[in-house]
Amino acid sequence: MAIKVGMEVSIAAAQAVKQANTDIIAAYPITPQTHIVEHLAELVNNGELDAEFIPVESEHSAMSVCTGSSAVGARSFTCTSSQGLALMSEIVYIASFLRLPILMLLANRSLSGPLGIWNDHSDVMSIRDCGWIQVFAENGQDVYDHVFIGYRVAEDRNCLLPFLVNLDGFILTHMIEPIEMMDQDMVNRYLPPYQPLYTLHPDHPVTMGAFTGPALYTETKKAQDEALKGSLPYIMKGWQEFGDLTGRYYHPIERYKTEDAKIILITQGSLGGTASIAIDSLREKGESAGLVKIRLWRPFPFEEFREAVKGAELVVVIDRAISYGGPGGPLAGEIRSALYAQERRPRVVNVIAGIGGHDVAPEDFEQIIRQARKSSGEGYEIYGVRE
Amino acid sequence: MSAKTTILTLPEEELVHPGHRACAGCGLSILYRFGLKALGRDTILVVPPSCLTVLQGLYPIAATQLPCLNVTFASTAAAATGIIAALKVRGKEDITVAAWAGDGGTSDIGIQALSGACERGDNFIFICYDNEAYMNTGVQRSGTTPQGVITTTTPIHGKPQQKKDMPAIMAAHTISYVATGSAAYPLDVYDKIKKAKTIEGPKYIHLHTPCPPGWGFDTRYTVKVGRLAVETGLFDLYEIEHGVFRLTGASKKLLGKERKPVAAYFETQTRFRALTRARISAIQRQVDEKWAGYEA
Repeated sequence: MAIKVGMEVSIAAAQAVKQANTDIIAAYPITPQTHIVEHLAELVNNGELDAEFIPVESEHSAMSVCTGSSAVGARSFTCTSSQGLALMSEIVYIASFLRLPILMLLANRSLSGPLGIWNDHSDVMSIRDCGWIQVFAENGQDVYDHVFIGYRVAEDRNCLLPFLVNLDGFILTHMIEPIEMMDQDMVNRYLPPYQPLYTLHPDHPVTMGAFTGPALYTETKKAQDEALKGSLPYIMKGWQEFGDLTGRYYHPIERYKTEDAKIILITQGSLGGTASIAIDSLREKGESAGLVKIRLWRPFPFEEFREAVKGAELVVVIDRAISYGGPGGPLAGEIRSALYAQERRPRVVNVIAGIGGHDVAPEDFEQIIRQARKSSGEGYEIYGVRE
Repeated sequence: MSAKTTILTLPEEELVHPGHRACAGCGLSILYRFGLKALGRDTILVVPPSCLTVLQGLYPIAATQLPCLNVTFASTAAAATGIIAALKVRGKEDITVAAWAGDGGTSDIGIQALSGACERGDNFIFICYDNEAYMNTGVQRSGTTPQGVITTTTPIHGKPQQKKDMPAIMAAHTISYVATGSAAYPLDVYDKIKKAKTIEGPKYIHLHTPCPPGWGFDTRYTVKVGRLAVETGLFDLYEIEHGVFRLTGASKKLLGKERKPVAAYFETQTRFRALTRARISAIQRQVDEKWAGYEA
């Protein structure tokens, strides 16, 4: 039986890592991810979780440990944030190339400098092209559920790719939310023990990550790209079967009142909940507004996205990271590319908001939409700057 | 410890395929061949980019018959930690995990992960082949390049700084086994790796590795140059077992004997051409003081 409990999201995430029978946990503490690591240390040390907890000396080593352990076929987990992700990033790219189904929770936090510990998406956008499956969680339940979904999809032999779950730092990590916990039997039914395909073992020696020259490099990278693009149906399958078991269905693009909407707001992560309040308010005022939440960031669900916005005249993209001197935030760049070849396409207005922990309230979204109506769609605006 | 291995008792089985891609006269190719014999088939290797990557060859060629994870410089020891942990979880603890890195991958860019793994007490052997510069990228200085050596990043005057004493740094981690060896004495290296396999926890083996193109000597003199480093007392063969230091092999035989002058070693290699007489005298004094300490 599943039970609903009030629990801090970080604790729920750690519980899910336990319930998922994780073998190896390697993590270095960083605010605001610390509660996840601390709780996992407790679960391993009090005997509730039979796993190796490796207190590494850096995030670089955390991802390196996971690379080694996953290569031997152990279910491997890490979590980090901000600078930690930046430090481990070179190994993040190697994990996906080696097709290692590592699970990582990323407590999204701004990248230094200036030093800040609060939430935005500049950390994850720095590894946008790392080749991992990447999803955004909107609330604590999403986070908890995606620990199981993440492993299930990552370890699917049709995927064999590492899986990253984004959860907004503090706004999710430190929030106490009602979370429906699965019982162990349900988890076991959904998530079978990991059966690795290729492992490092003296009985069948293989070289992993071999030195590769120009004659084969492109082919290797093409294969990697195909693997990530080809993971989409198996991600959908993982969500479908999870929904059938729990009643909680997830989609690459989550839609809210978009059916007849002429104006569509686009968000990622926890802003979705707040934005939906703004949409309700606009609807009450007679506006034809809707909300699209990008859950699946990689592989980007182009088809589902185009379908979700096809009737819109104005699309307002909220980015939580800056591409300095670029065409817009990373999300807007993606959205514009997704729509460029369409015969009929909405005007795309890009607003950067909620960076470094700057709060975005429902009335801010209404204000953003009011401003967007007047915008040509060129470039981008940074919202809420004190002049 | 059993009797010393001789060329007659050394296992015949080769775990390095012939036709590897190392340079002619490469000290590493000697060490790797003997080292893998000592590690044996039940071993998983971790190798960062280095001359060893080149030796192993370009995909789809692999000169090594052992399973091998190629990682990045800074991740070698941590990746080994992950392998050890996963073997434990999967109940396969009889497999040896060995990291094999160059001096840069050990003493410079790789030192943090190595220090972390040793502090955690992870059960693996870390082997550093020290060819005293970044050879794979074209002879740039490293932390273990000796003082006065010309490299492409210490041109004209030579490296001003002293060689980093990596085995001493590892011994300071209070790990159970630290040893040094040389490509000029491969049987000694074989025995030390065999011994390391019998000891629990982190083991560190530092191997002096002559490099003909990087050091500037003819390919036929690899062993001669390696021996001179030991015979002059510049590079010493020793073990630190559970904190107890003892000279071994050729270095032990030098105790109480007259050593060759350091200049005899320097003049075999073009990399020392910037050394002045005064500097050579200063280095000779340092070596003499070190040996006076051994003999005290």
